[in-house]
Amino acid sequence: MTQRPRQRIDPDVDLRSPRDRREVIRHPAAVLGAVAAGGVLGSLARAGLQAAFPHGPAAFAWATFGINLGGCLLIGVLMAVLRAAGGGPPLARPFLGVGVLGGFTTFSTYVVDVHQALVVGAPGTALAYLVGTVVGALLAVWTGDTLTGRLLQWRGR
Amino acid sequence: MSVLLVALGAAVGAPLRYLADRAVQARFGSAFPWGTLTVNVVGSLVLGVLVALPVTPAINALLGTGFCGAFTTWSTLSYETLRLAQAGRRLPALTNTLGSVAAGLAAASAGYALTQALTP
Repeated sequence: MTQRPRQRIDPDVDLRSPRDRREVIRHPAAVLGAVAAGGVLGSLARAGLQAAFPHGPAAFAWATFGINLGGCLLIGVLMAVLRAAGGGPPLARPFLGVGVLGGFTTFSTYVVDVHQALVVGAPGTALAYLVGTVVGALLAVWTGDTLTGRLLQWRGR
Repeated sequence: MSVLLVALGAAVGAPLRYLADRAVQARFGSAFPWGTLTVNVVGSLVLGVLVALPVTPAINALLGTGFCGAFTTWSTLSYETLRLAQAGRRLPALTNTLGSVAAGLAAASAGYALTQALTP
């Protein structure tokens, strides 16, 4: 039971996990529906935050930066909780992980905003945003995973 | 209006990421997360093309914010990198992050430049 989640690399779907391999074949409508519904919720939250905190092409994209770091923190928390629960309910990972957090965070907007900052002649902003997101995202996912793991271990004592 | 278009794009983009990730893993295995890397690079290329085109706000909400936003992901990428690093696979972890960023940026730039060159 503990062997399978330990091996997982991809939180969206890892075909080495028998459960991941089977889920969409056995319940295609439920799994894809959960991913789509979660993706809609996550994307609307992202769009709302981006609309509330707009930025020019030469400025640092604070909204997307915060969204991506927040989503990385939360995927660390979510996967640690699901791992401790032996995978959790069947649709929890598809809905919350693949859908909500996958839809909330965005990679394409990140690289395009870096590119746009370069195009308008703001290499400093581009570099700070480029590096800041990479470092921040990795620190955030590590923090979410580590703190949640410790908390669950402490509670389990 | 724009809320519905973002929702529609996301309702297609998120499940397509899941299915594309599965398809790439079925073909190339799951030891290195090629699926997510592929999805992020393709989505970056599409968004690069889109920002170079004179698109309406509606198309931008549907394809840019909705589809490309939900199709691509940072949360999946960061978690994979963490898992690779925790498994002691430091080089794949580093390659996954830096490779995704470099390839994504190259794809977005190429999409943008090609579209600008081809549109009058």
